[in-house]
Amino acid sequence: MTTKFFGEPVRRREDARLIIGQGRYLDDIGSDAYAAAFVRSPYAHARILDIDVSAAMDVEGLLAIYTYEDLTGPMAEPLPVLIPHPQLTAPRTGYPLVRDVAQHVGEPIVMVVATDRYVAEDAAGLIEVSYEELPVVVGVDAAEAAEHTVHDDVPDNIAARHHQETGDVEAALAASAHTLAFTQYFERSASMPMEGKGVHARWDDADSSLRVYSSTQASTSVRAAIAAKLGLSLEKVEVIAPDVGGGFGVKIVHPWPEELLVPMAARLLGHEVKWTEDRREHFISSAHERQQRQEITVGFDDDGRITALDVLVWHDNGAYTPYGIIVPINTATQLLGPYDIPVYRAVVNSVYTNTVVVTPYRGAGRPQGCFAMERTMDRIAQERGIDRALVRERNLIQPDQFPYDWGLTFQDGRPLVYDSGDYPAMIAKLKALVSWDTFAERRAAAEARGKLLGIGMAPYVEGTGPGPYEGAHVQVLGSGKVLVSTGLTSQGQGHETVFAQLAAAELGVPLEDVEVTTGDTRRFGYAVGTFASRAAVVSGNAVALAARGVREKALRIAAEVLEADPADLEIDEGLVQVKGTPGASIPLRTVAVLSNPLRYAFDEAARQATQFSGPGDDSKPPVAVGDAPGLEHTDYYSPLRSTFASGAHAVVVEIDPATWEIAIEQYAVVHDCGTIINPMIVEGQVHGGVAQGVGGALYERMAYDRDGQLTNASFMDFLMPYASEVPDIDIDHQSTPSPLNELGIKGAGEAGVIPGSAAIASAIEDAVGRRIAAMPISPTELYDLVRSDAERVINNPSGAMA
Amino acid sequence: MTDTERAISVVVNGVPREATVPVRWLLSDALRHGLGLTGTHVGCEHGVCGSCTVLVDGQPTRSCLVLAVQMDGHEITTVEGLSRSDNRGGQVLHPIQEAFRECHALQCGFCTPGFLTTIAAGLDARDPSVEITDEEVDELVGGNLCRCTGYANIKKACRHAAARMRDAAATDVEAAR
Repeated sequence: MTTKFFGEPVRRREDARLIIGQGRYLDDIGSDAYAAAFVRSPYAHARILDIDVSAAMDVEGLLAIYTYEDLTGPMAEPLPVLIPHPQLTAPRTGYPLVRDVAQHVGEPIVMVVATDRYVAEDAAGLIEVSYEELPVVVGVDAAEAAEHTVHDDVPDNIAARHHQETGDVEAALAASAHTLAFTQYFERSASMPMEGKGVHARWDDADSSLRVYSSTQASTSVRAAIAAKLGLSLEKVEVIAPDVGGGFGVKIVHPWPEELLVPMAARLLGHEVKWTEDRREHFISSAHERQQRQEITVGFDDDGRITALDVLVWHDNGAYTPYGIIVPINTATQLLGPYDIPVYRAVVNSVYTNTVVVTPYRGAGRPQGCFAMERTMDRIAQERGIDRALVRERNLIQPDQFPYDWGLTFQDGRPLVYDSGDYPAMIAKLKALVSWDTFAERRAAAEARGKLLGIGMAPYVEGTGPGPYEGAHVQVLGSGKVLVSTGLTSQGQGHETVFAQLAAAELGVPLEDVEVTTGDTRRFGYAVGTFASRAAVVSGNAVALAARGVREKALRIAAEVLEADPADLEIDEGLVQVKGTPGASIPLRTVAVLSNPLRYAFDEAARQATQFSGPGDDSKPPVAVGDAPGLEHTDYYSPLRSTFASGAHAVVVEIDPATWEIAIEQYAVVHDCGTIINPMIVEGQVHGGVAQGVGGALYERMAYDRDGQLTNASFMDFLMPYASEVPDIDIDHQSTPSPLNELGIKGAGEAGVIPGSAAIASAIEDAVGRRIAAMPISPTELYDLVRSDAERVINNPSGAMA
Repeated sequence: MTDTERAISVVVNGVPREATVPVRWLLSDALRHGLGLTGTHVGCEHGVCGSCTVLVDGQPTRSCLVLAVQMDGHEITTVEGLSRSDNRGGQVLHPIQEAFRECHALQCGFCTPGFLTTIAAGLDARDPSVEITDEEVDELVGGNLCRCTGYANIKKACRHAAARMRDAAATDVEAAR
């Protein structure tokens, strides 16, 4: 591979269309489509007694109304449990439209189709549903108490009891010099992409085929789900993820009810149908994440080294479990971070509540895990009077301990084995970025100004790039254009750019000759999806392998023409040449033409490949046995197991003791995602992740009341950070390439969000001297906390009291 | 035309247009679904996120908070209309569009049109020969939501575009001498 494009901050190829308003997002498609709108449950838990549509029938422009009664065959069955697990003993999913009982506010009950969205909403507003209200379960504590149940047949509200351990934790705790036990909480947030979900479907009656556009992170699997649910053969369904306006996890879940109902309606009505989610719908009918109660017991020695760790987590999974227990597994396994912990046990009770489903949001269980581990480290430091950084350093896995096998099972079903890393160097870089050792001076200066300054840090390890596989197809056309396609989707990560960089580097062609298509099942049918920081690792390696296959074939064909040994050839700037022999060359585009022996010359280039164009070898067939026409190759990369990226964040907060406003004075990041394809894009991912981490720590929460009403389901009330809330970020990079894949890549997508709440909680605690045991925290909550009799905390040797 | 529709005259991206629109249509819907100008994106439909921002008589306006009929007699600029004639028969991008690409100020691109229209109006309204301040940049980017970038590179793009406009202004002054 040439290094010409690999590792360069190449400008993004996506941007040319996006900065002039020529992107093609879901709602930009199908201007003549009928519009769907939904009647959704206004109650968190209610039995449907009657649906009266009579008033809606008179609305001019109404085309169809569907309720559960109209669903047939597989559509009338529950939605799939996407990721089954033996410990998910009571999985439950809803129906595309509620059958009997609505389990959360926002669950769809009726679909209306009309000539446009205004009319569809008119009709939906006239449909009268009568309900019998049922008792509501909100929050992990109520779920555990099980005074009421979400699902009648799950009396303890427990969907899964996930349990993993590395040894006899109770014996190890009993043998520990010191132990601590405490409980803490983490609140809900959500992916909240700027573009909500959306589906457009077009049925071709003559062809009996369906084309669906969906704002999804997994078009190949949406396709399979639609085919299965609508009883269509797979080849009659094509699914395309167009430009997607952000995902962050919520769009990996599928099939959403609307992804099935809109195609169903398009087929029944013989007309394009489209549904574009509005913001309120996104709040109350998509997915959230993150609420947990964490009960932690830790054993440690005099120096603060952990001897045993026992964690019991109560995890709120919402009303259903469509995505299995991936989030609980991530919390259980990724909580461990960069530390060498001799004996560990994690139990995660995943419980039902009458709230929106909980599925991965960027970080996917890791921010909570990091919060558990890092709050533990701070407590140990305070208990032993040791500097918080030093306690962490004493517990780190050392560079000579890789591969580090935990003896646990990761979320991909494979062994949890850290592949590589250098955690001590990472912490050293972080301390340098924030001048950790001389922080007392900054604190004193702030105190002189009447402000409380605090510092905190939180490292993490993130399992990235899980399998099972991704694939890619690379083809060189006679025009010289190189087509790259992968089934994996894009939601703004810049895949068109980085995959073009990989293909151009592997093939030796100009970057501008490469065109990348992602997430289009017409172009590539086998894929898993974009999640778990896996695109660069899994699809990236697949693109490199596919391009390498094309290169090998090109060199073989060119070698015959140039009468040279393939090993003596190189490709540079789209020209195949004999190394060190200028002039002995053939353009790659000509090789592409020659790779496909022709009878018909449809253009000038094609003439070169026709049957009378030159001397041939009459002893061989034009296409050799085992060979294929065309300069193209398809290949797959299936990782043995996940790679493990790492990083560490440090935060300095300044708190005004008059208003208790929390301002971030400095935010520092050290980041290690192995080999980097495009540093500009990686840095952008870090920026965006940190912004979401800050939002989750200080502003965002899903405010459900006791009746299960989401009281802040709008951007007015759910406080996503504007520019004024996001700090400048100091970044230092480190690179420990993964030994698991040839490119050495680890993923970068989620990292930035993981340690935000942990590091910010630590810094606030350091500033005010009160225990922070729940996040997020608002100025009002902080004010209440410092005026309460909450536990006082002193950090040594640099501690301060409010 | 019925009592639920009105005829309006508007200038959209420099082109005079006559249109009959339902009185309840939002400007965002009229632009996107009536005129096919889908570059204007709708992120929240309640005026908070700013993705749908267009310029009405040069002023940034949430197109999800005004009705299309209110636009009668007004001039609208959408992201599709931000580029300018290069006086040689072609189009050149507004400096902020170039800067967004140069500075990696967009990821998914959904909020981008709202940022571009808002910032372009702000940059066009200021004296380009004066160096832009951090406070000005904060003001330009402070009213729109982005979930991808964390804003750092959007701010960088503002400074970048302002610097380009300053250079261009200096060149113009030079050329006029």
